[in-house]
Parts: sequence; structure tokens; C-alpha cells
Amino acid sequence: MELTNENVLGKLIAQFGEENIFDAYDPDGIMTLTTTRENIIALIQYLYDDKDLQVQFLTTMAGIHFPDHKGRELCMMYQLHSLRHNYRLRIKVFVPAEDPVLPTLTNIYAAANWMEREAYDFYGFIFTGHPNLIRILNIEEMEYHPMLKQYPLEDQTREDKIDTYFGR
Amino acid sequence: MATDNKTADTDQLQEFRDNRDLKLQDKKNENLTTLNLGPTHPATHGIFQNILQMDGEVIMDAVPTIGYIHRAFEKIAERRPFYQITPLTDRMNYCSSPINNMGYHMTVEKLLGIEIPKRAQYIRVIMMELARISDHLICNSILGVDSGAFTGFLYVMQEREHIYDIYEEVCGARLTTNMGRIGGMERDLSPKALHLIGEFLKRFPKVWAEFEKMLTRNRIFIDRTVGVGAITAERALSYSFTGPNLRATGVDYDVRVMNPYSSYGDFEFEIPVGAKGDTYDRYLVRNEEVWQSLKIIEQAYKNLPEGSYHADAPHYYLPPKQEVYTSMEALIYHFKIVMGEIDAPKGEVYHSVEGGNGELGFYLVSDGGRTPYRLHFRRPCFIYYQAYTEMIVGGQLADAILTLSSLNVIAGELDA
Repeated sequence: MELTNENVLGKLIAQFGEENIFDAYDPDGIMTLTTTRENIIALIQYLYDDKDLQVQFLTTMAGIHFPDHKGRELCMMYQLHSLRHNYRLRIKVFVPAEDPVLPTLTNIYAAANWMEREAYDFYGFIFTGHPNLIRILNIEEMEYHPMLKQYPLEDQTREDKIDTYFGR
Repeated sequence: MATDNKTADTDQLQEFRDNRDLKLQDKKNENLTTLNLGPTHPATHGIFQNILQMDGEVIMDAVPTIGYIHRAFEKIAERRPFYQITPLTDRMNYCSSPINNMGYHMTVEKLLGIEIPKRAQYIRVIMMELARISDHLICNSILGVDSGAFTGFLYVMQEREHIYDIYEEVCGARLTTNMGRIGGMERDLSPKALHLIGEFLKRFPKVWAEFEKMLTRNRIFIDRTVGVGAITAERALSYSFTGPNLRATGVDYDVRVMNPYSSYGDFEFEIPVGAKGDTYDRYLVRNEEVWQSLKIIEQAYKNLPEGSYHADAPHYYLPPKQEVYTSMEALIYHFKIVMGEIDAPKGEVYHSVEGGNGELGFYLVSDGGRTPYRLHFRRPCFIYYQAYTEMIVGGQLADAILTLSSLNVIAGELDA
């Protein structure tokens, strides 16, 4: 089977049903589709095991925060790559901000360990079943998840921070 | 939302801390020694810590801690106009910053749909391959230093200075280059730059051959590196290894060939692969890649096409300074670009380049504003460094140092 976006999408919809694979589009040649958190692990496992697809490489994971989308504020993007067929695809899962829980991917990809810790650190995603879900780049005592859109960068003109060495 | 999450987080954190303390307590009972490797240690070549549990000389367990030079680039990028993000990318893998710069430029060009002229693409290829040489050169010569051979390091370091001279001639800077612009290069290759590249191509092969001669068949070096820090292809793929570290295990994945960008399809070169994925294989793969990079530079240098060194994209590419003073249009574009008043189209792109350490990816989401809505860097170091524990456990401390330096973990890229 030649892997084109249409073929793969048809195959996935046949397997999982239209209610679980939706909003598919192609922004930059990489097919992007959305699924639910109940199906994400089954979908990635299916892509991994299927003989025609062999999507067995996790390129990256990235969180995105859309504060205006009520009920689906947080998005987790998984980008996968079939090295066998040189075919990439992107899977998104949206979860509400008050319940940012996703199942862990570490049982399929060892690389997901730190990627999930990074997503926890910066966006507050909770990955159930993760072996060691603690902050990775920020200090452990930090009380918020800094990449969320409600936290602005430091005001460059603030004056309450007196630093005699750097004169500001 | 915030309060609930906070309590959940704090509880979880406490639980992990308790567990960790218990684990350490257990280990103490077994008469193991705890050793802090890092955060600042001459052999880590960057700031990151490994807490090792040692039984004599043998490593029983390791807990890596990273984030010592985390600078929140992804957050900063959400508040900066597109052209101000390039200097941030310099500081990721600072051993090969032109690759980062140009990878980022190509991502934005993909979003904007700009076609780049051939000449600009070839100049980019030359600069990126020079950067790859300087990156691999550092990694392999440091590997020599860590196994006790200092001479080779100083000898090839001089060549890195010559590469930096070329950078300086092309963009004015040496280490954090900020080279090129969105839409091409900021200026054409000057006659002096061309001369320096020509000289480098003549002089460097001899130097590199000598360096290889010193280490490749060196008995001590072989004893120290063969079978050290080995990883199988399956585990490496599971850990999403890319670049020389993956190729050393025998998987021929190279972004330059798999998804050619910037005219890499025009050049003849080979992808060296290893067999065992150990330190010696990683050394050999990097060595051979230097030769292949030289081959690519030679081809690009000989066949450098005529034409413009930048795309015709006045909305995004700064006009020449003399035109800004004389032409109204150029003045308007200059003002709008510098003030960050240019909106990018809506979109979502992923672009990856073969960086010094592997697939360096940029995932860019634009909501049509003056800054990216989200910019995620796929940093190869960050992803493969998590396998380090698995690679060193059961080995000796001295081997762990060699494994670390052969993985070429760059702290700037690790922490972003």
C-alpha cells in the first residue's frame, strides 16, 4: 500500500470510527488529525504494530495552550514518523484545563519519558502511569506551569528589582 | 483550576520525594557510594549533574538532573517578532549555530511560502556543512582528551578557528552567529570568504587525516572505546535517537537524504553507519561524516550558481541600507520589519534539519500575529540524553565519561 494521507486516514477511520478520528487536515504536507484521550494509546499502538504503516518513531511531543477554546484548552501534539516508509503524521488530543490528564506513552516509546516530563513541567499535563512524573527543566519548588498563556514574560521596564551589579 | 492542580502537584511531588529518599536509603544499606558527577565537572563539558550510585568503580544507578542553563526560549519566542528569534536559536547547539539559524529560517520560509534562489541555498549548504565539521571536530577531539590524548585536540582546534574566520567574514560573528535572514543570506559571499573556504578545503583534509591516524588505530584509544556505552538499534529507536548516535547503531536515517532541504538532493554523498553503537562506532561515524561534509562543500563551492543571494520577499527580508535612505518603499518595509509590524499568515509547520547531533526540528504554530503562537524546538540532545543512564549502568566510571563525550551532549541544546 502506498502511504498517502488519504489512504492512511481511511485506514485509521475504518479501524477506529469517525467519532474517534476527526478534524483531519494537512497544514504542511504532514497529516494532522485529532483523537480523544481514550483512544490515543490504542491509536499509537495500532500505528506501531500495523504491518503496512510501521510508524515506529516518536519524533516529538509538544503541548499547546488555547485559553479561548472553552472545554478543550490544552492540546498535546504527538508527531510520529514511519522510518520504513518515510511518512510523518501528527496526532492531537485536546483536554480541558481543569482536567489535564492523559495516559502515558512510555510503554511504547522510551523517549516519551522526558518529553512527558517536559509537558508536565511547562503545561501541567498529568500522565497517568508515568514512572517518574516530576519537573525536568524548572526547579521542583515552582508552583505554576510557565508556558500557559496566562503567565506573561517579565516586564522589561519593572523597577522593583534592584540589582546594583547590572544597574537596573 | 489553579488551586486544585497545585495541591495535586504538591502531593505528587512529595510522594516522589519520599520514594526517592527511600530508594537512596536502601542503596545506602548496601554500602554503595554516592558520587556527584557534575553539575560543574571538567569532564561533563557543560552544566548537568548525574548522581551516581557506585559499587567500587562500577556504576549501579544514575539519576540525571538537567535544566541548569534553561533559558525559556520557547516562552520568549512567543513574545518576539519572527526575525528576533534567530539569535535565540544560536544558543542551543552553540557548536554548530549556523545549522540552528538556518533550520529556523527555513521553517519560517515554509510558513510564508517563500521560494529561495539556488545560490542562497548553496551558500547555506556550505555554511551548514562547515558547522557540522566544527561540531564533529570538537566532539571527536574532546573524546581524545577524555581518553588521555590532548595533542589532537589542540591541533584540530586551530582548524575550528579557521572555520570561525569564515563565519566572521560571512556574518560578522564567530560563535553565536545569527547568520542569514528569513529569505536568504544577509549578504553575498565576499571574495575573501570564497578565498578562505578554498584555503580551508585545501588545508583541512591533511589535518583531519593526521588526526584520524593518531586515534583510529591507536591501541589505547581502541581499548578505551570499543564496547563502551553500547546501545542496540532497537533501544536507540525507542529512545528516538537521531544523527550520528543513531547511525552508529546501524540505522541509516539522515534528514538530509530522507527529506532533502536546501538543495541537498543536488549533492553526492554517503551516509556512514556503524554496527555496534558503541563509543568507537560513534567516533568512526563522526569522522567519516566530516569527510562527507568536505565532499559536499567541495561540490557546492565548485558549482556555486549565479543569481541572487536572497529571495524577493520585501515584506520579510530587510532592504539594503542604502536603499532605505533613498527609496520610500524600502523605508516603509524597513520600518515595518524592524518594528515587528509584519503579520505572518496563519498556519502550522514542522521543518527539520540534520543538526550536528541529529534531527533538529522546529514546530511552529502561527495564529496570524506578529509572533509565533507556539514554537517548539525538537532538540536531539534533550531526547537522546535520557538513554544515558541505561548506557552507563553496569560500566565503570571512566567509561561513563567517554560515553558522555561521545554522545556529544551540548548543555545549551539540552536545556534550551
